[in-house]
Amino acid sequence: MAYPPEYKYTKEHEWIAVEGETGTIGITDFAQNSLGDIVFVELPKAGSTLTAGKTFGTVESVKAVSDLYAPVSGAIVAVNDELATAPEKVNSNPHGSWMVKVTLTNPAELAGLLSAADYEKFVAEEQ
Amino acid sequence: MSNTLVTLRKTALNAAHRQMGARMVDFNGWEMPVEYPGSNGRPGGLIAEHLAVRNSAGLFDVSHMGDIRLHGPQALAAVQHMTFNDAARLAIGQAQYSALLYPSGTFVDDVIVHRLGEQDFLLVINAGTREKDLHWVRDAASEFDCAVEDLSDRYTQIAIQGLNGWRTLQKLADADLAQVRFYWFTYGSVCGLPNTLIARTGYTAEDGFEIYIPSDEATSTRVWNELLSAGKEFGILPCGLGARNTLRLEGALSLYGHEISDAITPWEARLDRFVKMEKGDFIGRSALAAQKASGLERVLVGLEAIERGIPRDGYTVTTADGSPVGRVASGSPAPFLKKNIATAFVPPAHATEGMELGVEVRNQIVKCRVVPLPFYKRPRTEKPKP
Repeated sequence: MAYPPEYKYTKEHEWIAVEGETGTIGITDFAQNSLGDIVFVELPKAGSTLTAGKTFGTVESVKAVSDLYAPVSGAIVAVNDELATAPEKVNSNPHGSWMVKVTLTNPAELAGLLSAADYEKFVAEEQ
Repeated sequence: MSNTLVTLRKTALNAAHRQMGARMVDFNGWEMPVEYPGSNGRPGGLIAEHLAVRNSAGLFDVSHMGDIRLHGPQALAAVQHMTFNDAARLAIGQAQYSALLYPSGTFVDDVIVHRLGEQDFLLVINAGTREKDLHWVRDAASEFDCAVEDLSDRYTQIAIQGLNGWRTLQKLADADLAQVRFYWFTYGSVCGLPNTLIARTGYTAEDGFEIYIPSDEATSTRVWNELLSAGKEFGILPCGLGARNTLRLEGALSLYGHEISDAITPWEARLDRFVKMEKGDFIGRSALAAQKASGLERVLVGLEAIERGIPRDGYTVTTADGSPVGRVASGSPAPFLKKNIATAFVPPAHATEGMELGVEVRNQIVKCRVVPLPFYKRPRTEKPKP
């Protein structure tokens, strides 16, 4: 699966799509493939705060629990409720299944994230 | 995956698993498949594998398990001395669930005892405890006129599980599998291999068979592939340790280090029905008698999450209002039951069916209910249905 070039990426396998002040966040195809069938996604409530680099939730397969790391700091304005009842959507459509939307408090943080090309190179080395 | 300096042991089917693209993991020093990817027209992954076994058929490489043969004039006496079930009740061709105990009454390992002859027994033991068990058995048998043979590396052991497991195997075997009762075994030709041990046993809480074939790579791979081909019409899937664990957990079958261990007794593990105190003395018997008299401080229960959250191995079990009382032994989503389940050790006062308990999942208490074990029971038939 190709990595959307307009997204930015973290080494912890999250992606973020930015439009103006709003960032939409999810996990990558590499992440969902490593996890296997996802059965549970735990996300914070709207109104809570993300701090770049800190964990903000978990995604669970049958066998394992994986932390979600915030790519940027911000206030959560929306949470994808679909994932509470259909977590498998993250497997079938990782780059389209968003988890949270945030209003960025420090857009300069985006400069520290990976481009699609750099992320692709990074995962090629991980494997 | 971590890089370790220790080389992992491999079964004869290792190359076959890799060729299928299986995700390999270190299981007690063995490199084993945890799950297989799907391929053209064939689904894959832990959940698909688990459901294949419950609904039709699944194939497992379980060669990492160990095999110890005891034979000689006092083999039965030796087996009786070192195990807690009554091997004298076994007919030739019959098997039973049993265990080796320490003098303290706790588990060295659980075993399946097969009676090959009047004074001839095969013990099938866990992968992680092979060396420990072998030393234990040799030592316990030393005062008896009985030879102890380690046959572990001689066999590739393959499990064919699920209601269509016997149909799959029947296509390749000349023995009439419908005649083999549950927990009995026979010998027959499988894939042209004469005198193959064919046992109606398994670790999935489903009907099925296990076969023991020569452990050379060529033979093992050929049989594995022939079983996959024969099972294709039933949708058979190769299954890894991931599904093996969720299947056995649904059936509340014990896993060493979790429901049983060197710190747990059979009473605590709720395995009373397999302990035959009346058969005579055996290693651990007096400790068990003492514990029965003084009472248990903890006992195994089944838990089912009644709100969102997944209880997992080692998580703390609490009362409904959050006071810690115990620990999860094994916890996981159950792919067939579609619930999140766990086995746990709690004080007997908290072990009442229907009682509400909690499990600490990260920073929250997830409400659970005490449910009877096993979580899943397969529909019982005496013989494989034709």
